[in-house]
Amino acid sequence: MKFITIDKKDWTKGIDNSRKTYQLFGPVKDEKNGCKITKLDTNVLPDMDYHESVLSAKSVLFPQTETILTTSLNESVEEHHVMKRAKNDYTPRAVLGIRPYDAKAIGLVKLNFDTKEYRDPYWCDAYEATTFIGLGITRPGPFDFSTSVGCGPFCEEGLDILLADLDDKYLAKVITPKGEAYAAACGFDTPADDKESQALFDILRKEAEKNISTSVDTLNLKEKNLLDLHEAPFWDDVAFACINCGTCTYVCPTCWCFDIQDEAKLKESARFRNWDTCMSPLFTRHATGHNPRGAKVQRVRQRFMHKLKYFLDKYDQGIMCVGCGRCVKSCPVNIDIRQVAHTMNTYEKKD
Amino acid sequence: MDTCIQKIRELAADLLERGEVEKVIGFAQGTIPMATSPISVGTKQGVDNLVFNSTCGLNLANFASRQKGKIAIIAKGCDSRNIVTHIVENQLQRDQVYIIGVPCNGMVDKFKIAALFEDEITGFAEDGGTLTVSSSLQTKTLKKQEYLRENCLLCTHKNPVLYDVLAGELVEEQVLENAFPDVDKIEAMDVDGRWQYFQRLTQNCIRCYACRNACPICYCPTCFVDEAGPQWVGKGQNKTDVDTFHFLRAFHCAGRCTDCGACVEACPMGINVRDFTRKLNKDALELFGWEAGLDISKRPPLDAYSPQDPDDFIK
Amino acid sequence: MENPYMPYPVRIDDIEIATEDRSLKTFKFVFLNQGDEEKFAYHAGQFAELSIPGVGEIPIGIASSPVEKGFVKFTVFRTGVVTSHLHNMKVGDIMGLRGPLGNWYPWDKLENKNVVIIGGGFAFTTLRSSIVYMLDPANRSKFKNIDVVYGARSPGMLLYREELFEWEKRDDINMHITVDGTDDPSWKYHKGFVPQVVEQNAPQADADTYAIICGPPIMIKFTQPSLTKLGYKSHQIIMSLENRMKCGIGMCGRCNIGKELVCKDGPVFTLDEINLTPKEY
Repeated sequence: MKFITIDKKDWTKGIDNSRKTYQLFGPVKDEKNGCKITKLDTNVLPDMDYHESVLSAKSVLFPQTETILTTSLNESVEEHHVMKRAKNDYTPRAVLGIRPYDAKAIGLVKLNFDTKEYRDPYWCDAYEATTFIGLGITRPGPFDFSTSVGCGPFCEEGLDILLADLDDKYLAKVITPKGEAYAAACGFDTPADDKESQALFDILRKEAEKNISTSVDTLNLKEKNLLDLHEAPFWDDVAFACINCGTCTYVCPTCWCFDIQDEAKLKESARFRNWDTCMSPLFTRHATGHNPRGAKVQRVRQRFMHKLKYFLDKYDQGIMCVGCGRCVKSCPVNIDIRQVAHTMNTYEKKD
Repeated sequence: MDTCIQKIRELAADLLERGEVEKVIGFAQGTIPMATSPISVGTKQGVDNLVFNSTCGLNLANFASRQKGKIAIIAKGCDSRNIVTHIVENQLQRDQVYIIGVPCNGMVDKFKIAALFEDEITGFAEDGGTLTVSSSLQTKTLKKQEYLRENCLLCTHKNPVLYDVLAGELVEEQVLENAFPDVDKIEAMDVDGRWQYFQRLTQNCIRCYACRNACPICYCPTCFVDEAGPQWVGKGQNKTDVDTFHFLRAFHCAGRCTDCGACVEACPMGINVRDFTRKLNKDALELFGWEAGLDISKRPPLDAYSPQDPDDFIK
Repeated sequence: MENPYMPYPVRIDDIEIATEDRSLKTFKFVFLNQGDEEKFAYHAGQFAELSIPGVGEIPIGIASSPVEKGFVKFTVFRTGVVTSHLHNMKVGDIMGLRGPLGNWYPWDKLENKNVVIIGGGFAFTTLRSSIVYMLDPANRSKFKNIDVVYGARSPGMLLYREELFEWEKRDDINMHITVDGTDDPSWKYHKGFVPQVVEQNAPQADADTYAIICGPPIMIKFTQPSLTKLGYKSHQIIMSLENRMKCGIGMCGRCNIGKELVCKDGPVFTLDEINLTPKEY
């Protein structure tokens, strides 16, 4: 672990230097909807002053549409109808300016894609190729409730480097060997005093956390009985407004559900995966027509039960939420996870 | 319009107490600034949760059909026209819904207001025609008239066209010389220009289907994009598939869209989804003299054939 | 670790029409690559994803048994896009097989126990795998009494008919074959629904007896009370569930029932495990 200072005048030159060996991703302002985390083309710089991006950074490791296998259907070709892994690009990449809550979310998503029994090679290879350079949030927005879910504006979980914006320069905490490699690729090597720098980070963190204006209460969820919560009477009210679009799941950094589909064109075919949403009526529909979650209330309940209870019970790593507040901001009908969590957290079954 | 809320609550309480309806569907105040959330109130006590203000931009007709028993619904001009469409298209029986009509002076454009601020909005209040909007860095006082949604600026049906009771005084309808300046702008472009325009329009689409699901006239049990046997449209981010979804959905709404703007309001990516349907609305007016949802006895033009239908496109 | 999304290439070696209405076919697959068969080593009760390039994948219970070498068999019902395509394929066609997936019937717990197998309709596939496994000379002595109740709509809808009748002749297994109804005068087995046949013919429960049920939700719903009447406790009732699946490896999030993923924590669950989950299956 070490600390370096990066004069903002050197920032562009440095990251451009790193383009020799890294593909860069970062926030880019879009005229219409604020900000996207996207691949940075050669002359595009990351917008380090951005506020929250509408979509999270999960698409860097988990693109919305990703080809996983390809096959030739041409019977005159050798190995026709035999599937091959799609040639995707796993050259090293760096995500600049990622929010700490998005980085922590990646750690939660990793629990799903990298298990004892199976390893998703697409997500995991992308993860191993990616270096995360986070930017501490000095002024958390009104939707940020990361501190009440085990994260925070200067949380280091999942980051290789954490940057603090000090107006004319960045103070960088280089946390992992990957982070060191990236800093070296940029040529950022002005050391800063360890003790002073850590102290400064601690002050910045405390100041930023003071500015967090909202929270979610989840402390009682672990001890609540899963079936009691599932059968609770409040779900009809929670679910009424929901229009079953996929907005909450797509903007959420910890949602990982996907669909697998094949498409064929002439004699070539590919299997790819797309983001999918448990809010879709078709999500659980069997080929026979039987649908365990055919009613809207069942799907809305599934989402909140998964995030706030099933995940909590299964992995014992807190709830499946990092407090970014994107779902709260983007939900067309203003269904608020903080409210639902509160309802679940305070629910007492009446006998 | 602010005064309507008292009347709405009184009417709702009365309907519930008399047992005339099982539920009243309206808006509740949201948990974040400039947001309201559709709710269904089943008890007299619950009516105090109902609100009605300039941020009630969604279309409650979306929630009208498939309810158990008789319901009451708060309907602005555009919403009431969608209820008429639902009745004409047999999604709803007239006697299943008690319409509390609300004459509307327009809803605010949340994206336009948000664009005035560098950071997130933390407070929003309205008093008559004045909006007080604040963030952690500044507070602005705005005139509501200058921040109306585009569709509200062009609205010629502010008053409900079908209702059981009115919750406020009728407002003056505007007469527009040109009701489709936005369509004219695109029609003035050459073919390449138009193609680029629509390509840019869909470039941020994430196929969440919020636009489709917020739209009251999109009620197909299985939408064409979800159909799997046979599959008509790919579900991924292939540009052609994304475009197909939007263009084809617009055609399915042709002659039925009331330009309520719920699609734009719902889109998390700020896409002006109305751009797809506006030209079709213009065509419906110019070719068939038709505006959706004004007459409970007439079927939309693409539903019915008449020998008088224009046919000069047949060469 | 290998790519769990990559299927093993297989060739269709044989196709049998399994039921008189032709809605079910049994496919026999052989692996194209030497060594894939060992990698595919499976237990009775598991399923695999049948993968057709350009069309899609379907999760199907493995009908062949681990003691049957050289091939893998599946019996598939034609109901949707992929299964229809599969039904139209021919011997010699190449496709993929991904697996084995899921957990399996608890064979170590069942050693030295009596096993009652109850199946209905075309859910009998993994039960066939189980019966062949248990009857194999190397395994038969590990189990005590074996009773099987299997029913279908009519004689022509029973799967693996010849094998059923062969087993019926054996004295180390008690077969109770039934049909809902038939006009065939030569039908010499039971007539009646599975739950009744279970109640009348299945052995009483004791500490050493387990029941394995696999069938359509409605059959399971009505068979459970019969088993309860015979004294079976929920830890003695083993069920194999189904759900819509895509990845089959517990990652796409689709097949969950509460916090259990049917493809990974299941599809085999005991009734007391299922009682702890929400009724969403």
